[in-house]
Amino acid sequence: MNPLLHRALALFLPPLVLFALVVIAWNGAVVYWELPPYLVPTPVAVLNVAKENRAALWSGALLTGKAALLGLLASLVVGILIAFVFSQSRLIQRAGYPYAIFLQTVPIVAIAPLIILWFGHGFQSIVIISFIVSLFPIITNTTTGLTTLDPNMVELFEVNNATRLQRLLKLQLPGAVPYIVAGARISSGLSVIGVIVGEFFAGFGGNKFGLGYLIYFANATLKTSYLFAAVISSTLLGLAMFALITGIGNLLTLRWRGTR
Amino acid sequence: MSFPPDSARQTSVTLEQVSLRFDRGVEALHDLNLRVGDGEFLSVVGPSGCGKSTMLRLVAGLLRPTSGSVHIGGDTKLAGRQTRRDISFVFQQPTLLPWRSVEKNVRLPLELRGRVGDEGRRRVAEVIDLVGLRDFARFYPAQLSGGMQMRVSLARALVTRPSLLILDEPFAALDDITRQRLNEELLALWGRDRFTAIFVTHNVSEAVFLSQRVVVMSARPGRVLAEVPVPFSFPRNAELRAEPDFARLTGDVSRTLRESFR
Repeated sequence: MNPLLHRALALFLPPLVLFALVVIAWNGAVVYWELPPYLVPTPVAVLNVAKENRAALWSGALLTGKAALLGLLASLVVGILIAFVFSQSRLIQRAGYPYAIFLQTVPIVAIAPLIILWFGHGFQSIVIISFIVSLFPIITNTTTGLTTLDPNMVELFEVNNATRLQRLLKLQLPGAVPYIVAGARISSGLSVIGVIVGEFFAGFGGNKFGLGYLIYFANATLKTSYLFAAVISSTLLGLAMFALITGIGNLLTLRWRGTR
Repeated sequence: MSFPPDSARQTSVTLEQVSLRFDRGVEALHDLNLRVGDGEFLSVVGPSGCGKSTMLRLVAGLLRPTSGSVHIGGDTKLAGRQTRRDISFVFQQPTLLPWRSVEKNVRLPLELRGRVGDEGRRRVAEVIDLVGLRDFARFYPAQLSGGMQMRVSLARALVTRPSLLILDEPFAALDDITRQRLNEELLALWGRDRFTAIFVTHNVSEAVFLSQRVVVMSARPGRVLAEVPVPFSFPRNAELRAEPDFARLTGDVSRTLRESFR
């Protein structure tokens, strides 16, 4: 067999088989227990609803994806800046760290209405909510990356009379790249969750709706098949985000692994 | 074999009654006296934790002695920022930046000195050639074997034309054949440029093969227990290791070293 095909099969076949088994079990359960469609629709019903509403689901996924990407991007920029400040002084790090943890522990569902109150109903608030939930992993990972230094590397720079700035630009920042990539991978999933939560509260108005609003709407009107379709779409979107960030990250860290 | 005198570049090192006590109260070195001559190749052996690495860091100006003094170059300059311009340090690990190619790793010390012009680029190519890695200039460290990584580390140390090369067990992690080959290469490089070299190792045979003098240090707190001159002429080659005189001298040093463990 073609080795490339073989590898692709080895990669994709197991999860696809599992997926098929789950769908069959799902269908079997609905038929066996005679579950009403407003509680659990059959896979076929979900697929049909998804097909009927594919335009709305697609544009919803695009809108949600756009907001998540912007939120993630903002968290990368701000998170790296904060981590940079943290890495410059132990004192600043000690002073600021509890508030960074606050970002991690604050229930975003409780904060979201406040954000909307401050920034209004609309896209900007959703991006901000996504940004807030994505920020913490970027801060912690980047701070770790900037401050975890091989003592010999530090001595190497010192023997060569390197300045603080040279050490930062030529040692700490590039050395932090794998850590930033790891943080971004975690945040890629979180950013989608942040947008969905934001859209629950702010997705009204206009004629463009994100997946979060579709979920909210489908739930409120008991359109369970549609709800399932929207949830599955947002899961796929999260997977796509994760794959995208992982792909970019792998490109950035190719050299570390010795495969160019 | 004689070497052209190049007094402007040569560097001697003098440690006078150097003691160093770390903050935790551990005394790493006690009244250490050591002189390394211009262009001399000196090896230092001693039990683990005897302060060999600490001594090297004092010479490189990475640490300051609690008492005593460390002089570099004649008896005028104290170890520190100024003298570091002429010093290169080779660590036990290759200590390469994984995101930089061989070429760019070797270039780093020139970059840090703001000296990457055409001449710098020529020098980078030259030292990569010297360590036999011409075909690997664009490879990344992860693509190289341990021995090749150590060659890159050597090239990086030599790129600045140091007058003092400090080596802290650089070949300890390599297999024996690679180690022997690198010993021979290092010696050829030394014969070519005649920098002053201080080489710390656990391996007595390596110390005898490389150096003009072997210093045996005592267990902590470290001081000089014995100095053994190595009379073999240069250039030395692999056959030296098979000669009876080599075995005898290695035996002598080993015996002294064993005593130092007491």
